[in-house]
Amino acid sequence: MKHICLYFQVHQPFRLRIYRFFDIGASQDYYHELNNRLLLQRIARKCYLPMNDLLHRLIEKWGKERFSVAFAVSGTAIEQMQLYAPEVLVSFQKLAETGGVEFIGETYAHSLAALKSKREFERQVKKHVKLMQSLFEQQPSVFRNTELVYYDQVAQWVGQMGFKAILAEGADALLGWRSPNYLYESAAAPLKLLLRNYKLSDDVAFRFSNREWSEWPLTAEKYARWIADIPAEQQLINLFMDYETFGEHQWVETGIFEFFEHWVNLMLSEGYGVFLTPSQILERHKPAAKLSVPMPLSWADSERDLTAWLGNELQTDAFETLYALEDEVQSIQDEAVQRDWLRLQTSDHFYYMCTKFFSDGDVHKYFNPYNSPYEAYVTYMNVLADFRERVRKYASDPIVERSDSA
Amino acid sequence: MKVLMLGWEFPPRIAGGLAVACYGLVRGLVHHGVKVTFVMPLRTGDEPPNGYRLLGANEIDIPFTQSVSLPPFWHQVTFYGVRTVLGPYLEQLLEPELHFEAVPEPVSVSSEGTLRLEFSGKYGTDLLNEVYRYAYAVSHLAEREEFDIIHAHDWLTYLGGLWLKEKTGKPLVVHVHATEYDRSGENPNPQIRAIEQMGMEGADLVIAVSFYTRSLIIEKYGISPEKIWAIHNAVLPKDRQPFERPPTTRKVVTFLGRVTYQKGPEYFVEAAARLASYLPEAHFVMAGTGDLLRGIIRRVAQLRLGARFSFTGFLPPAEVERLFDLSDVYVMPSVSEPFGISALEALRAGVPVIISRQSGVAEVLPHALMVDFWDVDGLADLIYGVLRYKGIRPFFIRHAQAELSQLQWERSSARVIEAYKTLSV
Repeated sequence: MKHICLYFQVHQPFRLRIYRFFDIGASQDYYHELNNRLLLQRIARKCYLPMNDLLHRLIEKWGKERFSVAFAVSGTAIEQMQLYAPEVLVSFQKLAETGGVEFIGETYAHSLAALKSKREFERQVKKHVKLMQSLFEQQPSVFRNTELVYYDQVAQWVGQMGFKAILAEGADALLGWRSPNYLYESAAAPLKLLLRNYKLSDDVAFRFSNREWSEWPLTAEKYARWIADIPAEQQLINLFMDYETFGEHQWVETGIFEFFEHWVNLMLSEGYGVFLTPSQILERHKPAAKLSVPMPLSWADSERDLTAWLGNELQTDAFETLYALEDEVQSIQDEAVQRDWLRLQTSDHFYYMCTKFFSDGDVHKYFNPYNSPYEAYVTYMNVLADFRERVRKYASDPIVERSDSA
Repeated sequence: MKVLMLGWEFPPRIAGGLAVACYGLVRGLVHHGVKVTFVMPLRTGDEPPNGYRLLGANEIDIPFTQSVSLPPFWHQVTFYGVRTVLGPYLEQLLEPELHFEAVPEPVSVSSEGTLRLEFSGKYGTDLLNEVYRYAYAVSHLAEREEFDIIHAHDWLTYLGGLWLKEKTGKPLVVHVHATEYDRSGENPNPQIRAIEQMGMEGADLVIAVSFYTRSLIIEKYGISPEKIWAIHNAVLPKDRQPFERPPTTRKVVTFLGRVTYQKGPEYFVEAAARLASYLPEAHFVMAGTGDLLRGIIRRVAQLRLGARFSFTGFLPPAEVERLFDLSDVYVMPSVSEPFGISALEALRAGVPVIISRQSGVAEVLPHALMVDFWDVDGLADLIYGVLRYKGIRPFFIRHAQAELSQLQWERSSARVIEAYKTLSV
């Protein structure tokens, strides 16, 4: 019998408005309020609310011992729910009350801080843990870094913060001949590793409605059979995907909801497997091996590396310029500055500047508000120029700082 | 005196300095009592009225005919062996265009059975076709307009001017705001160059916007110096309140113009790179668009200057004025600039300007800060000086403003009239 670990990523960035040169120094209003609102409300209607409903029904039907799932919800997504669709947050809270949901820790802003600064990384993780405690009365003990960015240094930092396990991509570069269908352990820290089975995950997340795929249409029976047919010793199946897969990336018309429900029912009724959260997996599995990952891996694109966010000079400049402000920002006690500091770190801003449009273009265009990576870069840098001026003002004018922090 | 003026741009349809110059000149001529009819490809109706007549080539009624008799000079073009993607010779290129039934879409037919051609008025891939169609349309003004002089602005309208001259025998003045050598360096587009050559040779009088351009016309096109007059552009007086500047210690260094080879945007970026660490208060703005823009943005990112740069894209006139009001220094590092009217507009807004020696406007601004376009260190030095040394700014503004007050369109137009008078009108 398989142990299936379903984990969903819930994240929305604060997309920037068209922020022009003329706005620098004149406006601190960086975000596209209308777009952010409309998008979130659309996703809520098409995905979050109906899928939460479905999960709720399945937990009640089968009991949390047999059907549980995990979520990582970014702080920016939570903020947007609070601002634009509070009923979604209520719906997640109701789902949490069933006891069949584990909330996983991540960086508050869904940022790439792990690549740059231990201090900022820890600050954001702690902020996110607090948020999860206050909203869902859970203390996350498993961690998931932004876009599954993982390497040994992240393992060390996360281990030191007291997490027991981390989710990562089951990339070929990491596993080699090994299978992702076991529990592993980091060679760098006392931290267990749950590795995404990218083939089975992407069959649903990316290929489900692709008519050029030789396995289309993917039926619940077929998918259940694939999983059941995996050799018995490979007991752990980690299916990690964007929550927006359901209803947004794959529209309701594709039958994604019916597929999911039918598949879960089939797995359980036929005794093919049970659905466990990462923490439940840790109680029942022993690590098969220790793995070392010196270079960062992610779950993005065919390369499974960082080039979607930091692959060209536009992205590097934006990223380096942003983090050059870190020291100054840490000492500023201003809510707006701190809020913008977090929102500007969200990885999506860098993703929009990606120029490798040919192989993975379809994914990159999704939700992308810009016509070109150049436009994304120019807009972001204008905002950053303004933000930097605000930060510098504090640095050069300690009186302002004192009166604000008093 | 009645002048039939052929031009491609007129406010509010502005791509660069051409529209601004045409507008100023027309107003100056009207001031001196000259009657001007200005023919542009497409009239939209929102152009500023001011005692002259505006006509769109899209409004000219053309009698329907199966075959068009081309003027002899068309064949002169084929003499240059002009090649196009559509056919080896210009005439072949024209053929399908002039058989109107073959291209029904861009043509409208009136109830009287006459035709009107349609124009985009833009600089697209179909520009050459529009240029030929414009020439054909305006050639029909020969029979129905009264005028003493034909005055054609830049190569886009030369063919129309030549055709009108051919039909009426009236003198043709061509006004050179830029040549293909300014736009493309030593690799001119052969078709455009050939049209320029024909226009300048066929004209009775050539007006160059600077001595710099006059020499270029003599040197590159072999035009007889006696018929070339250098008449500088001017600037209309300031007619607006300045925009308010947000309080900031930021100093804005501005580049404004098409982001193309001619305007030297790379030199601006390299100078900025040298200055960045010395002038933490400097913010660089590149306003405009063009084929080099993406490469420039990459270069800026590579230099890690993204947060110090803003790329605004093309700015409409009102935003250009706003940008000047936010600027502390205006930099025009053109590789080859026939005139550079935007330098005068910057000055009018009270902004110190740094111009390349390779620009015509340098001739009328002896007190401007000047540098060779390739001298990146020199350019950086001047920017630093203007922003940091308090002495330069007031000194420069005072002298340049005095120079500017001499540059009135009434004066430039008076010179144009003087030149007209040398023709046997």
